Amino acid sequence: MSDTTKKFLYLNRKAPYGTIYALESLEVVLIGAAFEQDVALAFVDDGVYQITKGQDTAGIGVKNFSPTYSALGDYDVNKIYVEKESLEARGLTVDDLLDLKYEDEDDDWAEKDSIRVVTAQELADIMDEQDVILSF
Amino acid sequence: MTILHTVNKSPFEDSSLESCLRCSKAGSTILLIEDGIYGATEGTIISDKVKAAMADRTVCALQPDVEARGMKDKIIEGIKLVDYAGFVDLATENDTVESWL
Repeated sequence: MSDTTKKFLYLNRKAPYGTIYALESLEVVLIGAAFEQDVALAFVDDGVYQITKGQDTAGIGVKNFSPTYSALGDYDVNKIYVEKESLEARGLTVDDLLDLKYEDEDDDWAEKDSIRVVTAQELADIMDEQDVILSF
Repeated sequence: MTILHTVNKSPFEDSSLESCLRCSKAGSTILLIEDGIYGATEGTIISDKVKAAMADRTVCALQPDVEARGMKDKIIEGIKLVDYAGFVDLATENDTVESWL
């Protein structure tokens, strides 16, 4: 990585559809990835609802943007942290989340999981390592 | 007087559902809409309070909002899913609508 590459963390804390934050965050993430920055995402609080399986927005007349998260692996966005405490408070497990994968070029393009469930304390360490944190 | 209470905020971000549960009378109807539908899901830190309210109040959730958020299989047993026409019916069956914004 060049000297101009910075570590960006996008911190997502809002549910999808009720407000525009989730969609705006996703658009900024894709823009940041196109500039070849080191991008990671974190889903905390109601943000965990952004990446739940089985979203079907046909009845509310709004675009379902959840399939777009599956494309993040192709943009080398493969560090997706989900806070364990937020999942538990909402009766969710990792099985309720989208199956997000990426191909690891350093490991013969093996398919690997992008989602890593982390504790609040681990997330605090991850935040501490970043150059930039953008909150949505 | 009968009141239809609607809640459109996530119970994890806002106190409107808890206030609604606290300040609604037996026999009234509570309809969860938009991000409020997360309050209708099973196994959360607030689901016991919702179940307790169901003893004497009718709790419903708006089906299109439930489906949009992928929560169809997680709804607490006994919560009735209603469509937009059902929302209108509830509004007309009750004397007033109280929106907990």
